Amino acid sequence: MGLRRKDLLGLQDLTREEIDLILDTAESMREIIDRPVKKVPTLRGKVIVNLFYEPSTRTRNSFELAAKYLSADVQSVAVAQSSVQKGETLLDTARNLEVMGADLVIMRHSEGGAPHFLARRLRAGVVNAGDGIHEHPTQGLLDLFTIRRRKGRLSGLKVAIVGDILHSRVARSNIWGLLKYGSEVWVAGPATLLPPGLEALGVHVTHDLDEALDGADVVNVLRIQLERQQKGLFPSVHEYARFWGITPQRLAACKEDVLVLHPGPMNRGVEITSEVADSHRAAILEQVTGGVAVRMAVLYLLLGGGGTGE
Amino acid sequence: MSKLLLKGGRLLDPRAGVDRVADVLITDTVIAAIGEDLTDPAARVVDCRGLVVTPGFIDLHVHLREPGEEWKEDIASGTRAAARGGFVAVCAVPNTRPVIDNAALVRFVVEKAAREAAVKVWPYGAVTKGQKGEELAELGEMAAAGAVGFTDDGHPIERAEVMRLALLYARQFGRPVLDHAEDRSLSQDGAMHYGRFSTLAGLRGYDPLAEEVHVARDVLLAEATGGHVHIMHVSTARSVEIIRQAKARGVRVTAEVTPHHLALTDEDVAGSGYDTNFKMNPPLRSAEDREALIAGLADGTIDCVATDHAPHHRDDKEVEFGLAKNGVVGLETAVGVVLDALVRTGRLSLERMILAMSTRPAEVLGLRPPSLRVGAEADVTVLDLEKRWIVRAEDMVSRSRNSPFLGRELVGAPAATVVSGRLVMEGGRLVGW
Repeated sequence: MGLRRKDLLGLQDLTREEIDLILDTAESMREIIDRPVKKVPTLRGKVIVNLFYEPSTRTRNSFELAAKYLSADVQSVAVAQSSVQKGETLLDTARNLEVMGADLVIMRHSEGGAPHFLARRLRAGVVNAGDGIHEHPTQGLLDLFTIRRRKGRLSGLKVAIVGDILHSRVARSNIWGLLKYGSEVWVAGPATLLPPGLEALGVHVTHDLDEALDGADVVNVLRIQLERQQKGLFPSVHEYARFWGITPQRLAACKEDVLVLHPGPMNRGVEITSEVADSHRAAILEQVTGGVAVRMAVLYLLLGGGGTGE
Repeated sequence: MSKLLLKGGRLLDPRAGVDRVADVLITDTVIAAIGEDLTDPAARVVDCRGLVVTPGFIDLHVHLREPGEEWKEDIASGTRAAARGGFVAVCAVPNTRPVIDNAALVRFVVEKAAREAAVKVWPYGAVTKGQKGEELAELGEMAAAGAVGFTDDGHPIERAEVMRLALLYARQFGRPVLDHAEDRSLSQDGAMHYGRFSTLAGLRGYDPLAEEVHVARDVLLAEATGGHVHIMHVSTARSVEIIRQAKARGVRVTAEVTPHHLALTDEDVAGSGYDTNFKMNPPLRSAEDREALIAGLADGTIDCVATDHAPHHRDDKEVEFGLAKNGVVGLETAVGVVLDALVRTGRLSLERMILAMSTRPAEVLGLRPPSLRVGAEADVTVLDLEKRWIVRAEDMVSRSRNSPFLGRELVGAPAATVVSGRLVMEGGRLVGW
């Protein structure tokens, strides 16, 4: 069974069954990464294009390695330095990719909905690798993958997502995913970094970090982008760390076996202390490995996993 | 001598107290007779049985894009769209290239319209030179050349002192200052209404406070100067309330609302799949805001419906949502949308719609409103309240087709347009083009 869809644009429109399928497939992909020879012929002859309108070393490398482990041909286009500078529109770029024979386009873009725009215009599949402040579905999936491995389940958990929710595509994908499993999702952050209307989704919103952490099974710490401070959305890094930084003392309110996640790269000493980041409670490096496995699963299920496509 | 006989329609002119079934005989540019069973063998007859004959509709807020962006629209194409949409006159905003900020350019529009336009064109002049918000443009010279009001639309007048001076100065010439109310420090580069649906869609939010803070400022400045401020494209509930209170105090403030803000909400944006035809400034607001706009229009707090007809070339819209240009076309859909969304549903009386789209727009500009009276200039719109139609891009005569209503079925349409006695549209088709 494959995914009966051409594109992966967000967790909002995935069913729980589809997420289960991706996570189960990622388990078997995870084994490939541990092998001495990390290569299977599954996607041989398939062409995957990495189309990144925003710099991102981690996500781009993760997708590239995932594609290579599955023997696909990968072309990375650093658009920021090329066609955009020459004034080429996304539509023209899409048409070019189409005629070059791309089977799948992995896209990172600073505008929400940009991958949806592309997906409607390409016969090839599109994977959203982060669109503006909207979604980052493979990050959401790898977080779910890591939680499921550590906790053995995705239901009935209390998960606290902490930090800049307003600008976080990771937070939105996590929220969609976790709510589909019936977990209790809390978001906490400064009032200036919380978007409106989250309560309507069934998320608990608080400015009181301790309330969010009280009895939490999982704490997902978001990266603070320091340019937000320059825009005045919070007064200083120092103040942020004092009120919102995750420290061992703060974690005392959580369950004993709390799991700490962070999408990286971390600002150590700001949103998370090194004591927490390097402790057995944190799964930050496991997330990175899981990320490759999840992306292998997504590529496999969209391109070669027996799906009918659309 | 040209003659036109509008036969058997329901004549409805709320301001003149007219509501009767009768014939209208138009001779040259004026209404020559109104009565039952009028006949004139020399007259072209328009069968208006089952239709509503009203004073001609006027759109206070239209981007004709000429000079400078004629590939999007020009005076000829924009006024043909207006004629098709049931309008007898449109007011052209001056954010063209170059900006219409002097008398020579006002005259250019007036003269070009006299040669090419299908309906009347009343130009606005810019409030400030180059619409930069710094120095007043020559408002008196432009008024003398035919400018019916002043606006920097497309740009808010950010400095309160400049707005104060503009209101004081324009008052001398009996012209309103029409303001695009937006505090850009609050709207930032928001792509849609700031709220639950911007959170869901992951689009940057445009805070309603950006408008409300500016409206409150404009109202206070109008109150202090005695000038007349007209708030363009009001979009939020709190703006409506600020205007309502100001009017109660006797402040010279008038306001307009667009058909799209009356018919659509931010939920429609989120549900559109990032369709850039749903991107405009101000953005489509919440359902509560929409309700307040309808209530404000119904009780007269909002004076007019104006389209903010903003044509854009396909290339400006076939891009990522956040990068797309703001604005939608509206001339050809306005009457249908208001009839369908508001009148048919009982939210707005037909009488109030006619006041808001015909009488009040003229009054806002200090002009004599069109009227169904013998001796009045024959500017007439005929409405078909029952016509069922689908908005299709291929049917549009505007150069641009960036409408959020494409594919939508509407009930109600303009059936004929008469401009100064000349039939320019009948049955949805332009006459004489």
